[in-house]
Amino acid sequence: MWDNATIMMLIKETGTTLYMTLTSTFFAYVIGLPMGIFLVITAKDGLRPHPVAYKVLDFIANIVRSVPFLILLMLLIPFTRFVVGKSYGATATIVPLTVAAAPFIARLVESSLLEVDRGVVEAAQSMGASTQTIVWKVFLGEARTSLIAGATIALGTILGYSAMAGAVGGGGLGDVAIRYGYYRYQADIMIVTVVLLVILVQILQFIGTKMSRKLDKRTTG
Amino acid sequence: METIIQVKDVGKTFIGKDNTVEALKGINLEIHRGEIYGIIGMSGAGKSTLVRCLNFLEKPTTGTVMVEGKDLAALPEKELRQARTQISMIFQHFNLLMQRTVLDNVCFPLEITGQKKKEARVRAKELLEVVGLAEKAKAYPAQLSGGQKQRVAIARALANNPKILLCDEATSALDPTTTKSILALLKDINEKYGITIVIITHEMAVVQEICTHVAIIDGGELAETGTVEEVFARPQTPAAKALVFQNGGHYEEMKGKRCIRIVFKENSSFEPVIGNMVLECKAPANILLADTKDIGGVAHGQMILQLPEDEILAEKMIHYLKEKKLEVEELDNYVG
Repeated sequence: MWDNATIMMLIKETGTTLYMTLTSTFFAYVIGLPMGIFLVITAKDGLRPHPVAYKVLDFIANIVRSVPFLILLMLLIPFTRFVVGKSYGATATIVPLTVAAAPFIARLVESSLLEVDRGVVEAAQSMGASTQTIVWKVFLGEARTSLIAGATIALGTILGYSAMAGAVGGGGLGDVAIRYGYYRYQADIMIVTVVLLVILVQILQFIGTKMSRKLDKRTTG
Repeated sequence: METIIQVKDVGKTFIGKDNTVEALKGINLEIHRGEIYGIIGMSGAGKSTLVRCLNFLEKPTTGTVMVEGKDLAALPEKELRQARTQISMIFQHFNLLMQRTVLDNVCFPLEITGQKKKEARVRAKELLEVVGLAEKAKAYPAQLSGGQKQRVAIARALANNPKILLCDEATSALDPTTTKSILALLKDINEKYGITIVIITHEMAVVQEICTHVAIIDGGELAETGTVEEVFARPQTPAAKALVFQNGGHYEEMKGKRCIRIVFKENSSFEPVIGNMVLECKAPANILLADTKDIGGVAHGQMILQLPEDEILAEKMIHYLKEKKLEVEELDNYVG
């Protein structure tokens, strides 16, 4: 199996996996981060309580997360086709990955922001800070280590989803594992792809943990 | 003196799912420029809610709050935020930004008012000098002690040259020595910059230490207001009495009407007659007057005691004193 073509393919598909994971995580944050922020500030004891907005966001976050990813992938085919012009390949996979990950990220962001001490928020209010300032400087500033830890979890999960997307022609390492390992009984290739996926998750986790440690000033050490 | 904060008929009701709590009822307060005004009450009395009504972190359900002649309820949001930059606040748990250095914490309110970064840093350094923490500028709050954190919070509170400083249990998380030094700093600030200070506390010692005026709050209502001397010398209400005597523990009013005069002539000065009597009878007697002297080891003089209501106990005491060879004389209608 260690011929040049296979190795080149594995390298290429690792790149594809990384491309899908990082791009969809990025877009998922573009949607999920503001969504998480709005969940926190529109909540009953938030800065701008708004029961209707909160309920709507809360409902969306729950419903999308409760649809299994593979089903969502199928359901979104028309939408994917509308956005990228086709429904297969790595770029097309980014659409359902983003849709699936955004509410998940919104919840991660929400829980990170809720960890921020209410007293500090109150202190900022007492200084005359606007909601915008409080969101940027207090919520995001104070929760940054937790947000990075959350992003690490999100990356790992999206990487897993992207492998699943391989089943429907998404490309990437998951695709390789299914085509070679499952359909062609090439167990060795399947093992290699799994090892590659594990290594990718380990690297992402390592970087994430390191960054969040470095940025955390709450400890006396 | 000019009124800086005027609270009129303020009430605050919290509506919960299955109960409503009337945290404040008909509060009227007037605080003048330059005063150090203590608001004292037991926990749950509503004092924290009241202080939050002064900068509208809590909006009162009824009544008005006027700060420097402006009705806070009438201000549009932007102007309210503007007004808040002039009403600083410090907290029991300091509420510093844990991910920022001490210097950046002090810069925070200056960022809010839109000052240039460079100027903000210069100002923040000055303020850290004022609170005696210049050498900690680069440290993070987690590396500081409680007293130091409160000093940073005070520096931060002073950044925008406020007219008023609200202190919500600012010394409650600190040990007695640190409390003293923080109170001294507050007093200093009051004198130096003429900032009006409102102090919320449950400790009478804090009020005694620095306040000029005091309001006693009990069950959401103001029980008493006045200068500290007045309230201390003559607490009128049970709530005031409970707070004034909080260090002396419980005290029960003597109900007995029977008073006696005892005369010391030949007892040894070293014999604690009254103390022994109290121990023997296991009931208190109230000393209304004592005028005794030690002359060459012999006690001379007189005392007037108020005896307990219980007849048997009173008789027992009289009997005890007579046994100790003291002259005992019953007094009718003694008025001290």
